[in-house]
Amino acid sequence: MEFLFASAVGILTAAGVYLILRKRTFPVILGLSLLTYGVNLFLFATGRLMVNAPPVLNKYAEVAYTDPLPQALVLTAIVISFGMTAVVVMIALGAYLSAKDDQIDMVEDTTRAGDDA
Amino acid sequence: MNHLLIAPVVLPAIVAPFTIMVLRHHLSLQRIFSLASVIALLAITLVLGAQAADGTVQVYELGNWPAPFGIVLVLDRLSALMLLLTSGLALAVVLYAIGSGWDARGRHFHALLQFQLMGILGAFLTGDAFNLFVFFEVLLIASYGLMIHGGGTKRLQAGVQYVVYNLLGSSLFLFALGTLYSVTGTLNMADLAVRVGELPADDTALLRVGAIMLLLVFAIKAAVLPLHFWLPASYANAPLPVAALFAIMTKVGAYGILRMYTLVFGPEVAATAGLIGDWLLPAALLTLAIGAIGVLGAREIGRLVAFGAIASMGTLLVAIALFTPQATAAALYYTVHSTLAAGLLFLVADLVMERRGGDIIAQRPMAQTGLIASLFFVGAIAMAGMPPLSGFVGKLLVMDAARGHDLVWWIWAVILVGSLITIIGFARAGTEIFWKSHDASHIREPEPEVPVDDAQAQPEALAPSAPTLPFVACFGLLAGLVLLTVFAGPMLDYTNATAAQLFDPDIYIDAVLKRAEQ
Repeated sequence: MEFLFASAVGILTAAGVYLILRKRTFPVILGLSLLTYGVNLFLFATGRLMVNAPPVLNKYAEVAYTDPLPQALVLTAIVISFGMTAVVVMIALGAYLSAKDDQIDMVEDTTRAGDDA
Repeated sequence: MNHLLIAPVVLPAIVAPFTIMVLRHHLSLQRIFSLASVIALLAITLVLGAQAADGTVQVYELGNWPAPFGIVLVLDRLSALMLLLTSGLALAVVLYAIGSGWDARGRHFHALLQFQLMGILGAFLTGDAFNLFVFFEVLLIASYGLMIHGGGTKRLQAGVQYVVYNLLGSSLFLFALGTLYSVTGTLNMADLAVRVGELPADDTALLRVGAIMLLLVFAIKAAVLPLHFWLPASYANAPLPVAALFAIMTKVGAYGILRMYTLVFGPEVAATAGLIGDWLLPAALLTLAIGAIGVLGAREIGRLVAFGAIASMGTLLVAIALFTPQATAAALYYTVHSTLAAGLLFLVADLVMERRGGDIIAQRPMAQTGLIASLFFVGAIAMAGMPPLSGFVGKLLVMDAARGHDLVWWIWAVILVGSLITIIGFARAGTEIFWKSHDASHIREPEPEVPVDDAQAQPEALAPSAPTLPFVACFGLLAGLVLLTVFAGPMLDYTNATAAQLFDPDIYIDAVLKRAEQ
C-alpha cells in the first residue's frame, strides 16, 4: 500500500508540475488542481498510513486509532484549494474574454500598461 | 487572557463582511467605516506595542485550549512591531485610495482591503505553522481581488500570473508543513522548536527537506532572486495604491524567515545550521543586484518602484542572512524603513501615473509637478539609502553588522554599488519625468485619454477637483520616514531588544507552552 500511495502522490505532483509549465491557462489550472490533489494525499500520509482505524479515540474498546490532525489539515486544505481554484478560473476567464487569448504569458506590446484609467 | 490581542484579527473580519452586506451601495459610508476601522487598528496596535515593549510574551489561546493542542496567537516585540507597521501603512493607503478615487473604480475595494489586513495581521500574530498557512491564504485571496481591482486586460493577465504563482507557493507551503508534521508530530511553533531540538542528530534528513521547502515558500513571498519574477509585473500592473499596501506583503515573507529560523530552526540546531547563511546570503546579494539593475532599466514608473522594492528586499535579506543579533536588529530597522519608503514611492508613482501616464519619457508638464517631484526625490533618496533619511541609517547598520563576516567585502561592494546604481536609476527617471517635461523640445504628443471601462466608476470621484487627501497620505508616510531617522536611537534600542528576544527562544517557548508553571 505504501508503494501505491507514494507513487500516486508522486505521479499527481509530477503531472501537475508538467501541466503548470504549459503556456495556456486551462492546462495550468488543471495542473494546479492535480498538484493540490497530490498535496492533500501527501498530508494524509504525514500521520502514518493506517487501514481500518477511525481518527477518534474509543474508550469502550481497545481499537487502534489513526492520527486525526492530518485529516483536519486536509479538510482545511481542500476547502482552501477549492476556493482558490474558483478564483483562478474566474480571473483566467476574465483575462481570456478581455484579451481574446488564453496565453499565460503577457504579450510585450508598445502601448503602456494599460486600460488603467 | 488579554482579549485585545485578538482584536487586530477580529475587527477587520467584522468590518469586511459588514461592508459587503450592508454598505454595498454606499461608497461614502464604506469609506467612513474603512477609515474608522484602520484608525481603530492603529490605536489597538499602539496599545499592543506598548504592552509588548517591556519584553513579555503574551499568549492568546483560542477557545481556551492549551498550547500544543489548540491554536494560539502570540504577541512578542517582533509581532508588535510588524502590527504597528501594517496598520500605519494601511491608514496611509486608505486615505490615498479615498482621496484619489481609486476605491470607486471597481467594487468592494474597502472590503477586500479589510480582509487583506485581517490576513496580514493574523500572519504576524499566529503561533501555529498551519495557521500561518491559513492566514497566508486569507491575505492572498484578498490580494487577488485587490490586484485586479479596476479591471483592464493587462491587469487581468498579470493577475493570472500572480495567482498561479502564489497558488504554487501555497502548495509548496503545504508540502513543507506536511513534511515537518511527519517528522515532529506537531505544528505549533513553540512545540516544533522543542521537538526539533530533541530530534536525534542522524535522523534529520526529512527535517532538512522540510526546512528548505519552508525557506523556499518564504523566499517566494519575499521575492528572493530566482523566485522574484512575479513581483515586477504584478506590482506594476496592480493599482498602485494597492501595490503600496503590498509593500508589507513581501515583509511577511521576511517575517516568516525570521520567525521560523530563530525559533524553530535556531542557530543551535545542527541539522539546519548552515541553511540561512549559506543559501540565503548569495541569493539576497543577487536579489539586491538584480533590483538595482532593474531600477536602471525600467521604462515605466511602476516597474521602477517595483524593482526598487526588490533591491530593498535584497538589503533586508542580507541582514537577515547574516543571522546575528546585531544584524537582525539592523534588519528590523530596515524593514520599517523599506516598507514606508516603498509605500511612499508607490503612492507617488500613482500621482504621476494619474497626471501624465507612467512612461519614463518627457511629456507635457503635469499639475502640481513641484510638489510631486519633491515627494519623488525624497522617496528616492530614502529608497536608495542616501543621507539624510533612514535608508542611509539602515544600510549603515546592515554594513556595520556585516563587519565580522567572511564575505564582508562582497556584501559591502554589492550594497554600495547597488545603492549607486539605484540612485542613478532614480535620478535618471526623475530627471526625465519632472525636469525634461519643462523643456519644450522634448515634449512628445500626449497619449490619448484612456476611457474608463468600468460603468461603476463615479465621475466626480474620478476627477477630484482638489485632491489634498493623497498628499496627506504621502506626507504621512514621509513623516514616518523622518521620525524613523530622527528617533533612530530609541528605535534601534527597540530592535536590539527585539533581536535579543528572538535569539533567546526559550522566553517564547516558555510563554506558549506554559513550562514555567509546571
